[in-house]
Amino acid sequence: MAERLRQRLAQVPLYLLLALVVVAMGLPLFWVATGALKTNQEIYTFPPVWIPREPRWENFVEAWHAAPFGRFYLNSIVTTLAGSGLELLFALTTAYAIVFLRVRAAVAVFLLILAALLVPSQVTLLPNYLTVARLGWINTYQGIVLPGASIAFGTFLFRQHFRTLSREILDAAVIDGCGHLRLLWQVIVPLSQPVIVTFTLISLVNKWNEFLWPLLVTNSLDMRTLPVGIAYLYSVEGVMNWGPILAGTLFVILPMLVVYLFAQRWIVSGIASGAVKG
Amino acid sequence: MAQGQPETVDKWALAPAIERGISLRRPALGEWSLFLLLAGPNLVLFAVFTYWPLFYNAYLSLMSWDMISPVKAFVGLENYRYLVSDREFRRVVLNTVIFTLGTVGGTTGLGLLLALLLNRPLYGRTWARGVIFAPVLLSGAAISVFWVNILNPRFGLFAQVLSWFSLSSPNWLNHPTWAMVAVILVYTWKNVGFSMVIYLAGLQAIPADLYEAARVDGAGHLGTFRWVTLPQLGPVTLFLLVVSMISSFQAFDIIKVMTDGGPVHATTTLLFYIYEQGFVAFNAGRAAAASVFLFLAMLAVTVIQLRLGERRVHYG
Repeated sequence: MAERLRQRLAQVPLYLLLALVVVAMGLPLFWVATGALKTNQEIYTFPPVWIPREPRWENFVEAWHAAPFGRFYLNSIVTTLAGSGLELLFALTTAYAIVFLRVRAAVAVFLLILAALLVPSQVTLLPNYLTVARLGWINTYQGIVLPGASIAFGTFLFRQHFRTLSREILDAAVIDGCGHLRLLWQVIVPLSQPVIVTFTLISLVNKWNEFLWPLLVTNSLDMRTLPVGIAYLYSVEGVMNWGPILAGTLFVILPMLVVYLFAQRWIVSGIASGAVKG
Repeated sequence: MAQGQPETVDKWALAPAIERGISLRRPALGEWSLFLLLAGPNLVLFAVFTYWPLFYNAYLSLMSWDMISPVKAFVGLENYRYLVSDREFRRVVLNTVIFTLGTVGGTTGLGLLLALLLNRPLYGRTWARGVIFAPVLLSGAAISVFWVNILNPRFGLFAQVLSWFSLSSPNWLNHPTWAMVAVILVYTWKNVGFSMVIYLAGLQAIPADLYEAARVDGAGHLGTFRWVTLPQLGPVTLFLLVVSMISSFQAFDIIKVMTDGGPVHATTTLLFYIYEQGFVAFNAGRAAAASVFLFLAMLAVTVIQLRLGERRVHYG
């Protein structure tokens, strides 16, 4: 009994540390969530008001009208879905072609794609901008999406996975007269569901949060995506009207928090397995 | 990539059907056409937006061009010479080194400490991990906007926290040194969860019998940590250092929103410099030459990463 009590007591510092860590990491999120509901009077005081006396929901309405957030949402949803959809499609089809088609060049193609991992998009900003401008794609969805739609990492990931699939099942499908496309869509894709889900989730998060490229290839307000849009709202409202700006940041981060709430296990296990880069 | 799984022996896995002598129904288009149909679009995009721009960028780096005039003037290596001897550019390189050291050290070091704590059987640890990891998934631009509010020296959260310790808040974003500290701090807050998750996986992969053996040999808490945990985490740490270094080179949104590279270029890193030279000052040649430097720096780190990855597959 005394022994157990001692063990319990030894844990007290650990729990204090745990609480400290959670507060330190979580406080900024608490701050923005409550700040979005404060009046300007409550925001501009020191020491701060922790909980707004009466939630001011008008901040969200004001933010929504201060910048075309409806349009930002549309742009972010279109470019994210198109970008991740293409990445997933290209990764699946390319990996399939490399692993299952009898083409001598497959190895060379695979190496060529792996080599693309050595060229991050940040080092080709200028020439890609010029290409997109020459194609007349400034302020278009294709300009935002296509330069980032080719996918080396996913191709590599799916290739590795396809090679671990059970031969018996694949052979059975072949004996049943399955052609290549049916083999891919009806046998291999269902068998690869966990990898596909994880890859897609991380891809969606990355596309949603993308900032630099959409900033460069759009210049009209209606073609901005949410991350670029919130930076715009902050730059025009300045530091004089924090309530709506904080509300605006929630427009950008809430969808990802919801995704996280429902898909936390998939995302975290994907990252932990080293399968996907964050 | 699958950790701990030995690479399967089949070389460049040919179709399993082929090895067994079973032939797939021949596609109507022929195998080659199907290959092109499936892999083609991806390859075309790589050619247009990854490989070609690498050469075009190298070409631009030899030019003097304002991105508007129809003529590009060939200047040879002048842009490189300019950068190497320019004081401002040296400052940019130094900033990049400081930012990288700060963020890589911060995320990796704190990530390890957090993982060690949250690997213990504590109530609420799942929840705590969830909170710590959440910022990884949030838009860097959006979090930077609210961090500007948090760091406000007059009414921000951070000023309040500092005042509990009787400290007064520096004017974070208007002071060259503190501005750098601020962007490193925010970057670390956002990304430490990633390192923590990787370290947790690493900790859980350490075989329990190693701890058992250490205990039998009479090692205490510290001894076990020093002789079992740390060496076992070696490969994970190397992997994390390299991956964090690459993402640190790619940091842009936090710097753009919080400081816009300032004050007086105090937080201008290499990528931000490329952006400024190319898209604000319209100095294509200089931006391209700086891009070559960034490419070489990242290439060096990526090559190390790939080689480590190889090792992990074979011996991990």
